[in-house]
Amino acid sequence: MDGLDRTAPQVTAGIYKYDAYDRQFLRDRVAEFRGQVDRRLAGALSEDEFKPLRLMNGLYLQLHAYMLRCAVPYGVLSSDQMRQFAVVARRFDRGYGHFTTRQNIQFNWIKLEEAADAIATLADADLHAIQTSGNCIRNVTTDEYAGAAFDESVDPRVYAEILRQWSTLHPEFSFLPRKFKIAITGAARDRAAIQLHDIGLAARRDASGAVSFEVWVGGGMGRTPILAYRIRERLPEAETIAYLEAILRVYNALGGRENIHKARIKILVRDVGQARFTELVEQEYARLPRERYRLEPEVVAAIQAHFAPPPFAVLPQADAALAAACDGDAEFAAWVGRNTHPHKVAGYISAVISLKPIGGIPGDCSAAQMDAIADLADRYAFGEVRVSHVQNLVLAHVRKDELYALWQALRPLGLATGNVGLLSDIIACPGLDYCALANARAIPVAQLIAERFADLHRQHDIGSVYINISGCINACAHHHVGHIGILGVDRKGEEYYQITLGGSATNDARIGDIVGPSFAYDQVTDAVETILRSYLAIRQAGELFIDTYRRTGLAPFKEALYATA
Amino acid sequence: MQLLEQGRPAADRWLRVADAAPIPDDVAALIGLERLAEVPAGRTAPLGVVVGPATLPEELAPLLNRVALIAVAFPKFRDGRGFTLGRALRERFRYGGELRAVGHVLPDQHLFLLRCGFSAVEVADGADLAPWTAALGRFHTAYQAMVTDKATLRQCMRRFG
Repeated sequence: MDGLDRTAPQVTAGIYKYDAYDRQFLRDRVAEFRGQVDRRLAGALSEDEFKPLRLMNGLYLQLHAYMLRCAVPYGVLSSDQMRQFAVVARRFDRGYGHFTTRQNIQFNWIKLEEAADAIATLADADLHAIQTSGNCIRNVTTDEYAGAAFDESVDPRVYAEILRQWSTLHPEFSFLPRKFKIAITGAARDRAAIQLHDIGLAARRDASGAVSFEVWVGGGMGRTPILAYRIRERLPEAETIAYLEAILRVYNALGGRENIHKARIKILVRDVGQARFTELVEQEYARLPRERYRLEPEVVAAIQAHFAPPPFAVLPQADAALAAACDGDAEFAAWVGRNTHPHKVAGYISAVISLKPIGGIPGDCSAAQMDAIADLADRYAFGEVRVSHVQNLVLAHVRKDELYALWQALRPLGLATGNVGLLSDIIACPGLDYCALANARAIPVAQLIAERFADLHRQHDIGSVYINISGCINACAHHHVGHIGILGVDRKGEEYYQITLGGSATNDARIGDIVGPSFAYDQVTDAVETILRSYLAIRQAGELFIDTYRRTGLAPFKEALYATA
Repeated sequence: MQLLEQGRPAADRWLRVADAAPIPDDVAALIGLERLAEVPAGRTAPLGVVVGPATLPEELAPLLNRVALIAVAFPKFRDGRGFTLGRALRERFRYGGELRAVGHVLPDQHLFLLRCGFSAVEVADGADLAPWTAALGRFHTAYQAMVTDKATLRQCMRRFG
């Protein structure tokens, strides 16, 4: 194994590799952005004009500094790209980065004068910040276990990459009424929250091997949470681009532009009605020149080749070494129980690196950790890392007989917290600590809750529960679909928190129910504890929190929360 | 106003007729869409119309054989409806006349406009034209199939111009 240790792997997992055209395109884009910054600094562009241009390059003006949101297309990174993020973190930030629910990474301390250099540094590793913000088609997101999951029928990365290319600097759809998010899944279980996106795609494969898509449209969170509706049950693969063009054209022409809060496609769908919206899209689709937008099988095959599986070893499904390690090390066994996901290839498993250490900031990662993770990806996972939409990292293809060694390497790095899916695996937005839009803090609330339940045994007893904390109604932490959702609001200058229960972002997607009056900052942790104590008292055998909630509804939780108040 | 046609400075041969002014019948006249009814059926001089961003392409379809210029108004550069309108006129209705962007547009949108089928853009008097021409020389490839594109390079990528 010496030849593989801490060096670039000889064989890598398939990821999309840029060619000369992609690289030239990216260099042109960097030059364009540099020119825009120069024009702004010289006063030739007003801030009002510069803002949408910088946003389309991922540059936000936040409370303390500029924030640069870098794209991780559909959450997939090579180890070298991870190292480049470490370079950016050290050179242009304060030595760390923050992974987001959009599978991207944000750097919070960027100077405007250095922004173009930071973006050029990204481009050196085929990375960019294109369309991570602005009223355009954003980074397409997908399942963090894509190409590895046992329940997958179609690899969604192939189509996510095709949509990335199609949506990149789209001349017609770069000045939409509002941002536009597309998610895609190819597995039985929806791990991409397709019903909560402007467009959600579920890829299916029929008996002949042909791929088609269920198309969902009009979902979203924010201040008006709405689940998407299914506009097409079986869209043939070749028609994907044409159909998406049709949806976007209808939206661009008719979407609201007067009020920023009524400009998402979900509001258009709600206002004209699903039947009429479907009719408008189908009309547009029927009359556009289908040949021009046809997604040819050769194009799909060419992109598919980029995502070829790595050369997996032939291994037995049940691994004796892994079983022995679990028997001999209870802490490791508990980590395996929480932080792994079944793989489609015998003898392999996907491992989750939790970025939620107790008391830490959800999603934060230091430059040193990034470098170490890149090395471990090279050593154990074919040089590839995924960013998950719950702000963790995934090594998708790990040999079961090497899992113990991987875990032992993660421990001294502070990256072996075995809490995936447990209550300390909290999704939190940057909140009032960083964000110019926030009404309340989110990160400290997450820290207080995680510390209250710091005992992992207690967390295991409670079992899987998703807590999502947003610092404002924009819902960046997806509080509407948390099993326990927490929304920070401003009440006469004080931070209050509204709690919702029973949300879900997967196949059984549902918007959570508001429990009642909101809680003060120092009451939130108690409220969460009350909710979980109530669950433990009334749960039936085998029930997770969400199961109990669905059986009993709000009443017992509401009673417990407000009886004591 | 300065005029850029396909990215090159050009003289404007059109007379922009003010709302209350009579429509001259012997010169190329650009009028508001709502004044179309005032134009005599036998008019021979070229006619152009200014249309608002909310205009749908099917509203313009019946008059495409009467007009030689459609000027699409952009009230704010962030209002991207004009891109969809322009593209639909070219692609769906095969409109072959001049298609001009007027109002608030940025040099950074110049290439997008041409790729959506616009042939010209109005630029404020005194504005520096250099960023407008630079914007056209910036990119040589793109990932979408647009009306003006020449050849597919590979997969989704196309060379244009």
